Amino acid sequence: MELFVFVCAAAMVLVGAVGVVVRNHPVHAALSLVLTLFGVAVLFVAQEAHFLAAVQVIVYSGAIVVLFLFVIMLLGVDNSEDLRIEPIPVQRPLAAVVGIGTLALLITAIVQGGDAVRSGSGAGIEDATITGDPDSNVRQIARDLFGDHVFAFELVAVLLIVAVVGTVLLSRRPDKAVASSGGRK
Amino acid sequence: MVDFVWLIPALPLAGFLIILVFGRRLGDPTAGYLASAMIGASFLVTVGVFFDLLSKSAEERRHISTLFQWVPVGDLQIDLAFLADPLSITMCLFVTGIGTLIHLYAVGYMHGDERFSKFFLYLNLFALSMIVLVLGENLLVTFLGWEGVGTCSYFLISFWHERESAATAGKKAFVTNRVGDWGVMIAMFLAFQAVGTVSYGGLNAAAESGALSQSTATAIAIMLFIGACGKSAQLPLYIWLPDAMEGPTPVSALIHAATMVTAGVFLMTRVNPVIAVSAEWVTWTIAIVGCATALFAATIAVAQNDIKKVLAYSTVSQLGYMFLAVGSGAYVAAIFHMITHAFFKALLFLGSGSVIHGMHHEQDMRKMGALRKLMPITAITFIIGWLAIAGVPPFAGFWSKDEILLYAYAKSPVLYVFGLITALLTAYYMTRQVIMVFFGEARWADQADEHGAHGDFQPHESPKIMLMPLVVLAGLSIVGGAMQLPFSKDLHFLEKWLEPVIEFGEADISGTWPYDNKYLLLGVAVVVALTGIALSVLVYGKKKIEAIEPAILEQAWNYDRAVSAFMGGPGRQAFDGVAWVDANVVDGAVNGVAKLVQGAAGQARRTQSGYVRQYAAALGVGVVLLLMWFVVIRGIL
Amino acid sequence: MSAAVLAVEVTSTWYLVLAAALFCIGMVGVMVRRNPLIMFMCIELMLNAVNLSFVALASDLGDIRGQTIVMFVMVVAAAEVVVGLGIIVAILRRRPHATADDMAELKG
Repeated sequence: MELFVFVCAAAMVLVGAVGVVVRNHPVHAALSLVLTLFGVAVLFVAQEAHFLAAVQVIVYSGAIVVLFLFVIMLLGVDNSEDLRIEPIPVQRPLAAVVGIGTLALLITAIVQGGDAVRSGSGAGIEDATITGDPDSNVRQIARDLFGDHVFAFELVAVLLIVAVVGTVLLSRRPDKAVASSGGRK
Repeated sequence: MVDFVWLIPALPLAGFLIILVFGRRLGDPTAGYLASAMIGASFLVTVGVFFDLLSKSAEERRHISTLFQWVPVGDLQIDLAFLADPLSITMCLFVTGIGTLIHLYAVGYMHGDERFSKFFLYLNLFALSMIVLVLGENLLVTFLGWEGVGTCSYFLISFWHERESAATAGKKAFVTNRVGDWGVMIAMFLAFQAVGTVSYGGLNAAAESGALSQSTATAIAIMLFIGACGKSAQLPLYIWLPDAMEGPTPVSALIHAATMVTAGVFLMTRVNPVIAVSAEWVTWTIAIVGCATALFAATIAVAQNDIKKVLAYSTVSQLGYMFLAVGSGAYVAAIFHMITHAFFKALLFLGSGSVIHGMHHEQDMRKMGALRKLMPITAITFIIGWLAIAGVPPFAGFWSKDEILLYAYAKSPVLYVFGLITALLTAYYMTRQVIMVFFGEARWADQADEHGAHGDFQPHESPKIMLMPLVVLAGLSIVGGAMQLPFSKDLHFLEKWLEPVIEFGEADISGTWPYDNKYLLLGVAVVVALTGIALSVLVYGKKKIEAIEPAILEQAWNYDRAVSAFMGGPGRQAFDGVAWVDANVVDGAVNGVAKLVQGAAGQARRTQSGYVRQYAAALGVGVVLLLMWFVVIRGIL
Repeated sequence: MSAAVLAVEVTSTWYLVLAAALFCIGMVGVMVRRNPLIMFMCIELMLNAVNLSFVALASDLGDIRGQTIVMFVMVVAAAEVVVGLGIIVAILRRRPHATADDMAELKG
């Protein structure tokens, strides 16, 4: 069963990823991204990370991709690039080499080093089926987040506010009053 | 009193600074009197120090007055210090003494010149430099003074710089001196490298104790001799001194007769232990160069018609005698001759200045004559100077010259013979000068028009302020010989006084033939002098014999022309070659490095294409390489 | 056959390999695409790959901190997307239809 879920989700992930890279139209690419994100969410569930799966769907595909789509619509970027031409000649072969090289090396590293990582140093992840509590994953993450990592949590909150304020300033149109007084009489 | 030795240079320095700031306001003649007062006060201090040293015993006559640490750099420790010992105080005495007389003379001579104060500014600066040179405790302080006098010589020779010949002469003097200065610098470096110090005390002690190897001593001695050749106008670097007569006469008297040109002899005497432990050929070289220069210059003086040029070549010749003495190990004789020469040569120059002044700046002797009645005091003093330089007893020059010839004979009879011939020529040309200027017919009568005549052109006697120094110097020329009479050891005052300084290097001729027969040689010298005078009287006075003045002698054996040709031709090519190497090889290397960096940077620049995707690709390549290193080369984890 | 297939265990290695593949696809996408928005999406792919590998290792090692990190990654990714899109909007307002290659002012 797990295998079946894994294969389906993996297929979603990979198809979506390839779609993002090869689709011409940005909206199509965004929708491919959604497919990938859903696939990743399914894989999260398979790994007993239920909370994260939910967050993934809500935040990533629900907010971030929607934001992308908003910007696409706002700017009207329809067909701004033609994938058939490549201005920098060396780029595509180099990208291929880099991509395949990285993949090969990473797989080698993962396969060879797999045994070394098996030492579990943590307290263990609570499994809902064992504790009987459906919220055990949320509870455990909450305990960890607001306990050991509360400082980082606060900082990240600040980061979010700063990001929001910054972006509002960045993307403001110049003031109409400034524009009119800027023109010399 | 000896602690006040620093005052001796400080007073002319004060004079220099005051005239520098207030000179124009002080004007003619106050600036002159101020300068004279400063150097006069310096003379009084020197006299005080002299008596203080005299009161001490011979071994204690050595006082070092350190002003401050000048160069404290690791192993190289050089102080600005003054050494008051018999040699330096002797030099100081006649530098400041004759200097004062000449300053006073110049007040009269330069009267009416528009740059009066500037002249005394330079004169005081010169006095300061010369005193620093003489009082220096180490080679570097002496070199400071050495360069200072060279610079002042340049300033003063080209004082009337509107005249092209004067400006050129100044440059010639400076450049020729510089060639010699290179020798002094190399000697300083060698001394430091060999002994670790440039102080005379250290250097001479090393030489006396045997710590200085013969080869090093030879190198140092020869390098210093090269410097001395430049400063004291010996062959081949004498060429600047005749041209230096372009300067005002007080300058010629002070710098080119009495003081600066003796700096070379002084330096040799200072390092006499080093010369004593150097190879045999060094002293022979010094003696031969001195003797050759003496003869060479004497032959040229015979044919000169400018009153100052005769005296200039005479100076070169007498300096040659002094180097002959140094080479023969007769340091006392060299200093003795230096002092007597200072007296009578300054007298002769100042006298010629008086003649020039009275003749309204006419310098050609062919246009003079029969001046003794019109300028009596000048004439009498000049004649005394003439007798002194010709070597007629009992005047000062005779005793000193005889002493030198004695030691020269002990070194080699050949040198003695050449020295004697030079003495003959000296008597000959000096008599010629005296006759042409003061005796014979008056050839100046028809010069009325040439001097913007105001009625009759009548040469006149000079003002008292110019005559007073002449009288003083004449007196010194008469009695000066008394400091070292050869008749008995008890009369060797100068030798006893200088003994602590020169005892290591002084040659001992007590058992030799010339020493035993010195009265015979004394007689020979007198005969030679009188012969020279008699010959000259026959040629120029009585006109019984035809005068022999070949053109080549007048042209100074075409030496100047030869030097110019060499420097202009092969010399210039060599210099151009060196300049080319500097511009292309040295600068080329530096510029080449810069170009290389520029080129490399230009190539490296091409990676900054501006394309973000390429930067990402570069990052990706880096990732691959890093992973490769971890996985393949290092093994996992 | 299904028994044999069902007996194959899905270990964390498979998840890690999948994450590696996703990462590489994202990397290639950044290098190849010129549209700034799509380049951004490829960066999101790479971040997701990282999240996936964190979660896989967390369950492997039995450490909840792996999942906490993913939490933080997601928050930072969100902040990053916000700022990045703000910048893209600001730039593309001035130059409509510009691609990444057109914005090459930092050429040395």
